[in-house]
Amino acid sequence: MNGESFLFTVFALATCSGAIAVVFSQTVVRMAFWLVISLGSTAALFFLAKADFVGAAQLLIYVGGTLVLLVFGVMLTASGPYLKIATSPGEIVMGSCVGLLFLVVVYASLNGVDWREPAISLEASNPVVATGNTLRPIGLSLLGSRPDQDLTGDGETLSPGYLLPFEIVSVHLLVVLIGAAYLARAKRRAVGSG
Amino acid sequence: MTADLNSYLFVGAVLFVCGVVCMATKRNGIGVLMGVELVLNGANVNFVAFSRYTDLGLDGQVFSLFVIVLAAAEAAVALAIALNFYNNHLTIDVDRANKLKG
Repeated sequence: MNGESFLFTVFALATCSGAIAVVFSQTVVRMAFWLVISLGSTAALFFLAKADFVGAAQLLIYVGGTLVLLVFGVMLTASGPYLKIATSPGEIVMGSCVGLLFLVVVYASLNGVDWREPAISLEASNPVVATGNTLRPIGLSLLGSRPDQDLTGDGETLSPGYLLPFEIVSVHLLVVLIGAAYLARAKRRAVGSG
Repeated sequence: MTADLNSYLFVGAVLFVCGVVCMATKRNGIGVLMGVELVLNGANVNFVAFSRYTDLGLDGQVFSLFVIVLAAAEAAVALAIALNFYNNHLTIDVDRANKLKG
């Protein structure tokens, strides 16, 4: 077992056990803690898959931003620090049985497909991803040019980049955050006045 | 467990199933949100794995970045809705949200 496999096993176990612990935790604060473990280990898996920028973005945005937002939500909506809205044991057993069956179905179906068939060879076809130095290519692709495909191809047809989705998603994020701030504020003012 | 495509897909499948079960069984609204985050993370793991182990190339990583950004937006809106619900009902139990029940 080489180092990559060892690290992958460790972080995959941390990811899966964190996710399972999220399902079986009863208090929402513990769920948030296990979610931090699971998402952080997912970021480590991204680093192992040589997606360094995505891993960094996962750590910064997900673990640093979205989860802090969720913890604030827990804080603002809980009447006590260990608020327990219990799920009945029968529902938990039923849910885990259905989940286990679903996992078996998903795993059997993804094992039945030969994913490598259309791929020629990764190392030859895409040297950018193989090196793992993805910061500059991702930035350039978000600006609309694709050096990883255009420089290795025939040079006649230019691959489309992601400038338009990037702009759309940035405006979308702005609109959504303004709307969320408005939604969260308006009701409180109504409660305060009425 | 070696680090190949099927192992990554298995991790993604576990995350996805845990998220679905979490969404279905939790009665806390914030817990349902955490299930959604798990599902989106499973999709992200799949995107990155296909970017690494097939000839999808950089596209998978860019897609997972978009998924991360949209998950942040979704969490913001859903938390605003949850706060509104808490202000109206003084609880976060999603079983109490039955005003539209026929």
